[in-house]
Amino acid sequence: MNQRTFPLFVTAAVFALAYAFCLSRFPAFASTRVFANLLTDNAFLGIVAVGMTFVIISGGIDLSVGSVIAFTGVFLAIMIERVHVNPWLAFVMILIIAALFGAGMGAIIHFLRMPPFIVTLAGMFLARGMSFVLTADSIPINHPLYAQLNELVIRLPGGGRLTLIAVVMLLVFAGGIVLAHFTRFGSYVYALGGNRTSAELMGVPVASATIRIYVLSSVLAAVSGIVFSLYTSAGYSLAATGVELDTIAAVIIGGTLLTGGSGYVIGTFVGILIQGLIQTYITFDGTLSSWWTKIAIGILLFAFIALQRVVTMAWPMRRVQAA
Amino acid sequence: MKIHTLLAGAAFAALVGLSTAAVAADKLTVGFSQVGSESGWRAAETKVAKSEAEKRGVTLKISDAQQKQENQIKAIRSFIAQGVDAIFVAPVVATGWDSVLAEAKDAKIPVFLLDRDIDSKDKSLYMASVTSDQVEEGRIDGRWLVKQTNGKCNVVELQGTVGSSPAISRKKGFEEAIAGSPGVKIIRSQSGDFTRSGGKQVMESFIKAENGGKNICAVYSHNDDMAIGAIQAIKEAGLKPGKDILVLAIDGVPDFFKAMSEGEANATVELSPDMAGPALDALIAYKKDGTMPPKWIKTKSTIFFPDTAKAEYERRKSLY
Repeated sequence: MNQRTFPLFVTAAVFALAYAFCLSRFPAFASTRVFANLLTDNAFLGIVAVGMTFVIISGGIDLSVGSVIAFTGVFLAIMIERVHVNPWLAFVMILIIAALFGAGMGAIIHFLRMPPFIVTLAGMFLARGMSFVLTADSIPINHPLYAQLNELVIRLPGGGRLTLIAVVMLLVFAGGIVLAHFTRFGSYVYALGGNRTSAELMGVPVASATIRIYVLSSVLAAVSGIVFSLYTSAGYSLAATGVELDTIAAVIIGGTLLTGGSGYVIGTFVGILIQGLIQTYITFDGTLSSWWTKIAIGILLFAFIALQRVVTMAWPMRRVQAA
Repeated sequence: MKIHTLLAGAAFAALVGLSTAAVAADKLTVGFSQVGSESGWRAAETKVAKSEAEKRGVTLKISDAQQKQENQIKAIRSFIAQGVDAIFVAPVVATGWDSVLAEAKDAKIPVFLLDRDIDSKDKSLYMASVTSDQVEEGRIDGRWLVKQTNGKCNVVELQGTVGSSPAISRKKGFEEAIAGSPGVKIIRSQSGDFTRSGGKQVMESFIKAENGGKNICAVYSHNDDMAIGAIQAIKEAGLKPGKDILVLAIDGVPDFFKAMSEGEANATVELSPDMAGPALDALIAYKKDGTMPPKWIKTKSTIFFPDTAKAEYERRKSLY
């Protein structure tokens, strides 16, 4: 265990303890159904959180993702139901639009030296506004492909249903882990977040790396939007409000340093599960106000930020002592 | 021999014990996925649901979705995983319920929709919906306005949450009622999201846009809370709500009755907050002998005026 992996172990321990606690109160938590629900219900959140992990490791932030999810849903609903485009073609179209959108934000951040916070905030308003321009109604998607994709379910023993969208999320996480730890792009991301100047000196192509990071985030937000549109079989311009903040919370709870340079994609996965677990527990209980979810997440977030601070301060000192 | 009888006796006792346990477990558990607590009416609906469930000895698990559909879907899935006896949903938006309700149907858990409908081709996904006739509510307000103004009035409309079924239906009903009188026109219409602050903001912009409010004869609000916000905006613009600009709304929350008794509002169509009661009765009947309830359990819509407002306010205060 070292400075980098320590927060990850804490996250995993928190999840294990929380699950054990839930299990002691409600034995139903042992069922595959509850666990499969955790994956299905948080699929869209998980996918977008993978992109967010890269952005935060690189020292940035992306506030536009929730709006991109909503825009994707509305765009797909309009294209499929009103323009009668083949859904697969519509998927490809939205992924390209999202890639261009992300590239635009990345380029502005790099070339105009604007803080990512401001640029992606503008992107957030732009994407949300665009979805309202397309339509203010919620449009159901009745295409047969949607029904078919929603019926693709792996039935687990014990009544659990591992849905297609849950599998997509797991694949995105697997892809994210490979990309972060086994590719050159991944090492650029860590280098950028560690120290931008020294990254430049080391020969990291900062411009293209920054742009690619935001392209990745926006494209994953669009994938998440596709998953969300499958999840609800509809497009709605008010969908997924505040998802960007839930996502950032999951990434931080997952042990990624908010200042960049350090973190693990797998930690984000556990972060997502912790959030889902709290929500499930509160629903199971049925008497607690669901706002306790937010309160619990807030407390966890504080604890983890404090923990990060302690870890970054304590570790180098100990090393000095050892030497 | 003796041991045998003893054993049999113990087994019998165990059986009795088991069966009483089974009787205790017979108490129905209902999961209720509520939209949130955005308005006074919504809070009253939750409160009434709790007391109605208690009255009938039903355990009610309530989940507040904070106005987010994804939270409602999660809650419904959790209720299914818990194996509740029935699920009540007050859907935040009309679309997007098919796959999760299909899961409930798979698990043989009856679903009741409360106060809002869903937009789905497959009506077998839910057992019944308990709603008011929201188009009729809009119509009642519209008819009253036409009569009151002798068919001449410029109306501004405060719409509810975009895409929600009450917003769509209440707009439709009102438009139907005024369709026959060309002198009554909706000159501006915008969403105030069913909240007081939303209603106030939108009304402020309407007043600015319409010559300081001089062109506006009435405001039609899709719920009372937005109308209360609008009353505030009218007062701040130096006009008299209820006189210079007529205020009519739907829901019948206490604060609106208070405003009516003070002469600042003109009419509201009551939407009964007791949606869970009829649903619970239907559920209990179904569990007892399989009686299928009608698909649409309709609640009554009555219009109220300032003359009875004070008494109605006193009657409702404790409920909200």
